[in-house]
Amino acid sequence: MAHRTILIVGAGPAGTRAAARLVAAGMRPVVVDEAAGNGGQIYRRQPAGFRRTPADLYGFEAAKAQAVHGAFAALEERIDYRPQTLVWHLWENEAHLLTGERTERLAYDALILATGATDRIMPVPGWTMPGVYSLGGAQIALKAQACAIGSNVVFMGSGPLLTLVAYQYAKAGAKVVAVLDTAPVSAGIRALPGLAARPALLAKGLYYTAALWRMGVKMWRGVTPVAIEGDESVEAVRFSDARGVAHRVVCDAVGIGHGLRSETQLADLARCDFAFDAIARQWLPVTDQDGRASVRGVYLAGDGARILGADAAEIAGQLAACAALRDMGVAVTEGELADLRQALAPMRRFRAGLETAFPWPARLAAALPDEAMVCRCECITAGELRAVARQKGAPEVNRAKAFSRLGMGRCQGRMCGPAGAEVLADALGVPVAEVGRLRGQGPVKPLPMTAQSAP
Amino acid sequence: MGRFQRLAEHDRPTISLEIDGMTVTALAGDTLQVAILTNAASVRTSEFDDGQRAGFCLMAACQDCWVWTVSGERLRSCSTEAMDGMRIITRGSAWHIEQS
Repeated sequence: MAHRTILIVGAGPAGTRAAARLVAAGMRPVVVDEAAGNGGQIYRRQPAGFRRTPADLYGFEAAKAQAVHGAFAALEERIDYRPQTLVWHLWENEAHLLTGERTERLAYDALILATGATDRIMPVPGWTMPGVYSLGGAQIALKAQACAIGSNVVFMGSGPLLTLVAYQYAKAGAKVVAVLDTAPVSAGIRALPGLAARPALLAKGLYYTAALWRMGVKMWRGVTPVAIEGDESVEAVRFSDARGVAHRVVCDAVGIGHGLRSETQLADLARCDFAFDAIARQWLPVTDQDGRASVRGVYLAGDGARILGADAAEIAGQLAACAALRDMGVAVTEGELADLRQALAPMRRFRAGLETAFPWPARLAAALPDEAMVCRCECITAGELRAVARQKGAPEVNRAKAFSRLGMGRCQGRMCGPAGAEVLADALGVPVAEVGRLRGQGPVKPLPMTAQSAP
Repeated sequence: MGRFQRLAEHDRPTISLEIDGMTVTALAGDTLQVAILTNAASVRTSEFDDGQRAGFCLMAACQDCWVWTVSGERLRSCSTEAMDGMRIITRGSAWHIEQS
């Protein structure tokens, strides 16, 4: 067989398992990853010289983390691994890479995108103040740096990460002042049939909540966040409880987030078709059940394709590799594909259950005061966004971006995108699907002015 | 004064770096963001409203933790390892100098 270049973007669970499957078939994929160490965010490594055990770092998931790390270590001689490298653009089957200040183009025959996710953020007045971090960011501070984001921490939002990070903080000795969940108790009960698709995972979620109770951490369900207060630094969180009673909790740090959003810019630059996903309330690349995108030779796996979590990402990575192999004429048995597809099925049911249990609170975007900041890069407020909808007639997010610059800043809409779409949809009085999606633009992250192409 | 609180991994060699002209101590293996925020309350000033910022995502996505070296190189502090002898400016970018 002629040499073919298979490029995998991302060295988390999906990218690792995709690479392993390709190596098993005799291929030598290129694996590009932005981080210094493999594992992705979920199984992120601590720096050399740190001594906490895998059990300290990953809790119940320690064995899985070690398995993924071990699988990657076994591959390193047999793949072309490029850590600390950003794929900043894709154009005509070439990936544009940045390592340090050196840029390089890499032509590929097949592309497996395992780009992962970031926190899905619902802004609240005061969320740009020092001391406010995403839930994932709060977790990374602890996992990768053994730090808490503050001395008295409130966690606010919803989703599996909310109680998990709160539990990890409390267990590590941080003072967790309160856990404020926007999801009402009734939503959890409604979600039970879906969540029962993965009983062990459901049990873990309940365990973290029970452990927080035992440790005396105050937890509220069905809250409405009002504001994060302070003068140049977090001093308190204001919210109203499920009965509408106002509360003010003193703290010096807040972790916020409502589940995760898929990181899809590269799929967009690869010109994949997207469709609105009603469960995620996000426009996602269209794939078949094995991860084939609409563009020939492009495959998606893991949370970057659809938020299904790390276990599903491992399976999806293998499936995407199998699909790529088949399309290149390498034999893959029906039995292998059937087993992998079957293993993914309960994870999709569980995901639907999670979204029922911890719904994205679109109503909070609609209720944001005009002066609340939606875009933290360029300080664009909900009121400015509403004005471009109502006065300038921006019918969808890209026009709104051109008029307001929302999504044009250095984060390229990663932080403001989901909430911005909801604010715009509400101002226009249309379903959020109708305001479309922010188109990806290269470079997906800022490049240094001094970047130079490789000789 | 510091924002981030160390909970474990105290037993690492110390390094020293200069932040806005002040010499501070950090630990080997710290990210630049951690080195700054265990000594200070914020890492930068927003170019758009003068508000203080201290980063947000810690995973190289939000780009809200940029700082500069004294020679003008821009660093994303959450994904840059702090090194002994680094000289960092948090409020001295070309843009800020122009405004002041």
